[in-house]
Amino acid sequence: MGRALAVIIWILTLGSVSLFFVKKWWFPEAISAHAAALDRQFVLTIIVVGVAFTAAQVGLGYVVWKYRDRGPNDRAVYTHGSNRLEVVWTIVTAVIFIGLAVMGQSVWASLHFNKAPAGAFQVEVVAQQFQWNFHYAGKDGVFGRTDPNLIDDSATNYIGLDETDPNAKDDVTHTVIAIPEGRPIELILRSRDVIHNFWVPQLRFKQDLVPGMNIRVHFTANRPGKYELACAELCGQFHYRMKSFMLVLPAAEHEALMALPQDQFQTRITELLAKYELPVYQQ
Amino acid sequence: MATTVTSTKTAEKRKTRSGGGSKFPGPNGKGPKGNGNGGGKRDPRRGLSPEAYRVTMWVVIAAIVMMFAALSSAYIILSFDQERRLVTMPPMFFLSTGIIILSSFTIETAKRSLKRENEARYRSWTIATLVLGLFFLAAQVMGWRELAAQGVYFRSHPHSTFFYFFTGVHGVHLLGGITGLSYLAIRGRRGGRAGKLMPQETSAGLMSLYWHTMDALWIWLFLLLLILK
Amino acid sequence: MSSETHEAVHRHEAPKSFIRKYIFSLDHKVIGIQYIILALAAVVVGVTMSVLMRLNLSWPGTKWSILGTLFPTGAPGGIMNPDFYLSLVTMHGTIMVFFVLTTAPQGGFGNYFLPIQIGAEDMAFPFLNMMSFWVTFVGFIVILAAIFVEGNTTIATSALGVWLGGGSGSTVGPIGGWTGYAPLSAVGVAAGPGQGAGMNLWIVSIAIFCIGSLLGALNFITTLLNMRTRGMTLMRMPLTCWAWFTTAVLALLSFPVLLGGGILLLLDRTVGTSFFIPGGLVFGSSVLNTHTGGSPILWQHLFWFFGHPEVYIAILPGMGATSHILSTFARKPIFGYRAMVFAIFAIGLLGFFVWGHHMFISGMSPYSAMTFSILTLSIGVPSAVKTFNWLGTLWGARIRFTTPMLFAIGFVSLFVAGGITGLVLGQTSLDLPMHDTYFVPAHFHLVMGVASIFGMFAAIYFWFPKMFGRFMNERLGKFHFWLTFIGVYCIFVPMHTMGMVGMPRRYSQFTEYRFLDSIHPLVIFVSIAAIITALVQLVFYFNLIWSVFKGKKAGENPWEATTLEWTTASPPPHDNFAGVLPVVYRGPYEFAVPGAPNDFVMQTEPDASKAGSEEVGGNGHNGHKH
Repeated sequence: MGRALAVIIWILTLGSVSLFFVKKWWFPEAISAHAAALDRQFVLTIIVVGVAFTAAQVGLGYVVWKYRDRGPNDRAVYTHGSNRLEVVWTIVTAVIFIGLAVMGQSVWASLHFNKAPAGAFQVEVVAQQFQWNFHYAGKDGVFGRTDPNLIDDSATNYIGLDETDPNAKDDVTHTVIAIPEGRPIELILRSRDVIHNFWVPQLRFKQDLVPGMNIRVHFTANRPGKYELACAELCGQFHYRMKSFMLVLPAAEHEALMALPQDQFQTRITELLAKYELPVYQQ
Repeated sequence: MATTVTSTKTAEKRKTRSGGGSKFPGPNGKGPKGNGNGGGKRDPRRGLSPEAYRVTMWVVIAAIVMMFAALSSAYIILSFDQERRLVTMPPMFFLSTGIIILSSFTIETAKRSLKRENEARYRSWTIATLVLGLFFLAAQVMGWRELAAQGVYFRSHPHSTFFYFFTGVHGVHLLGGITGLSYLAIRGRRGGRAGKLMPQETSAGLMSLYWHTMDALWIWLFLLLLILK
Repeated sequence: MSSETHEAVHRHEAPKSFIRKYIFSLDHKVIGIQYIILALAAVVVGVTMSVLMRLNLSWPGTKWSILGTLFPTGAPGGIMNPDFYLSLVTMHGTIMVFFVLTTAPQGGFGNYFLPIQIGAEDMAFPFLNMMSFWVTFVGFIVILAAIFVEGNTTIATSALGVWLGGGSGSTVGPIGGWTGYAPLSAVGVAAGPGQGAGMNLWIVSIAIFCIGSLLGALNFITTLLNMRTRGMTLMRMPLTCWAWFTTAVLALLSFPVLLGGGILLLLDRTVGTSFFIPGGLVFGSSVLNTHTGGSPILWQHLFWFFGHPEVYIAILPGMGATSHILSTFARKPIFGYRAMVFAIFAIGLLGFFVWGHHMFISGMSPYSAMTFSILTLSIGVPSAVKTFNWLGTLWGARIRFTTPMLFAIGFVSLFVAGGITGLVLGQTSLDLPMHDTYFVPAHFHLVMGVASIFGMFAAIYFWFPKMFGRFMNERLGKFHFWLTFIGVYCIFVPMHTMGMVGMPRRYSQFTEYRFLDSIHPLVIFVSIAAIITALVQLVFYFNLIWSVFKGKKAGENPWEATTLEWTTASPPPHDNFAGVLPVVYRGPYEFAVPGAPNDFVMQTEPDASKAGSEEVGGNGHNGHKH
């Protein structure tokens, strides 16, 4: 029984670790500047996790294999423990865990402890049930005023843009987000109704959009292409299909796009969505 | 060397003996320092020791405090919103604060009278506390009227809501205290020397502990509303 | 030489009528069994819901005819609507976390065995104890009502349904997840189906549950502090008692916060307050003008301040049982008793300071996030210490592989598997890709949904002989163990990689995104494992019920264990110790004591060298099989 248990535990351990090892199911290839550091931290952590997991399961299997009861005259070792061992393994564990914890803050800090760098390209994101809306400031770089009372879905004014505001003249809104490659992006995240979450897996980044708040985040994408955008916070019935795309465009192409007025912008986006392909995913 | 581990036969024999009464209480094991063979404080006719009931009361207080802590932090977070309207503290709330502080003194006096074996005084000061408690609640309700007169309603803004909500929730818990006081006052009247569950001193002690907590809680809430306007 | 006899205090007479004996009983043993039965019923509902979820995810678009018959609006033609799916997610989580994991380990086994293990004849407040169960029961009825009010169009549109908040007929409850984030949960039907009556009933059910839990916590704390028998010092208590005590303290301090939050949420929904609803929200095309100034993040803070201690409430009793059972069947004292007690405290205490790790990307201050992150990884330390001590207990042991022992060993394996991924999720940077993906349910199901359940299984198989005077069938028990152990690994380990690919939580289907195409084989694998594992549990239920009537008889101490529950009859008499409270002379895990005639010395044994030199009551060596 002990042997069987040990073997099963070891097989399950092997199977579990292999699932990670073969890397068949893994993060999609990253496209953001901070991703390399993040992926490194992940790999480091998962190695620690894997080693600890394997060691514990191997140890568990070993003791249940070796120390089975062999009969009435066989007694266990009478010990209540070892204070020294307790101290040692507490300290070692604490060092490793807290070390990992501290290391795990650096990417976070780089993204969240500083404001977006000057010259970042700004996009206002207004999420709603079940659609993404992106508001571009246009040539003047100033966002037009928005007001929830002006929202009119039937007139496709999803974000409540105040048409009378001069700054709104060159603004464009669309359900697709198009950002320039290699330049810091600042997102100003808002929500019309409930909490949503902006997530593109390749970016290695996600952030809640909270009604009542304007949340600013920034990152830099460095590979052109078309990527799927998903909502990552339960927002209602059709949460599973609150889908859109993120286009990362070479600088020139992006600048040309941003110069277009609303209707031409929409046409151009459709062209770009056809031009760029989704990344190839392992099957 | 019989231990209490015996074969089933002996256990059965013992079962038939255990019908009723008992001579000695089973003393409590207390604390890390050895066994609780000093358990004489526990009277078998009365159930738990007074300490046990005090522990229970502290446990109840801990739960109540945690809930108010949660509501207080909600208030603090919500008072940062710029959209809120400025609320003037209704004068009635100042009065009610005074009343409840006074009632803490009266209940303390009641408790101490009992220590000095003066039951009549205990009863009258208990009733005094009870009356003050009712006045407190009345003042709170009048305070609500004053809020409404300012145009501050339950639904105006969460910050305003709390003026009603805190007083309401606190009032409900105070009502519980008033119920307890009434019970003690009535029971005292029936000349109870030995209460069924616990001696009068214990119940008086527990009640005053609860009451002082209600007082302290109100002072906290009042100051919170006053300062974080 | 006679044992010291201590006459027991008779706190309540043995009941005579059926109702007083089995329904409205003051006896903590009956109440414990009632909690366990409640959990056994709730888990059937919860598992059924999860199987339905798996069916929908794995074979979307399939017509499940039974579903179509039962829920014509929610699953028209047998195909589940997305809102129906989401309500299953919500109800599954709520029922499992509250009515299974917060009832059986604490209210069930804790109620039954805490008084006995400390040598008391009942809990401190038997009446409150009875109330705590029945209040919890009412809470369960209320949440089940949500299924009917939301799931049946006739009821939903009836006067009752409308009064309760309006039902959709197309869900089995609210759709906000067990976490019920505002404003989705706060604005009512404007936010979607299931958010009317279902949500109201959900909140009320949980509020009722809070009260039941608090009553229970009160009893546990008072009883443990004041009713230990002579010689039962705190440091001689079994680790189960320490676990139940800490769990009770956690419940005492965290449930009031949930209650407060729940009341605020209910007010937002019914009375028009705005605790969690900011101004200017737009649903459809209409602006919600009636609310302003609220904070959705406030709900998250209140919920998770409760929610994190809650998960420790779910696991600590299992840890206590595991320590207890491992030591018993290893025939060896628990390794590091004192360290284990400190670890339990540390977990309980730290558990109050880490709630923000559920909220890293919520919009909360990133500096707070960092603080929470570091504290979160610190909580891994006492958990690791416990694991080392369990391994230490097994080292040099003489293990008897009974069914409870198998489940206890399984607990250790699964707790490590689940807990270790906390190292990933607890880091702010790594939470950025992982938040709200399947990596998270992989983690918490392994610790809460599986390790915790294994603790309960271990406890049931272990204490069944004491509770019913009969053994559960060992062969069926082992079969149950093997298949379940392998099954749960198969279900939950693949979910980690699914999360890494990017599978989001709470999606009713995965057909919309190309980046998810590759996980389909994993999804199917998990579902098949889940269905098989769920079916295997039927064997357990059969074993349980059959053994109550036909199991092999057990005596007082069939496992040759050392703690106080094994000094009395199986099942124990009404006052637990037949009028004579035990006296304790030593710690709870005195196995393999040098110089003792047997390999165990009971806590009540004054002189180890003479321990049990006569035949020990009960079945002696029959208690274990290899």
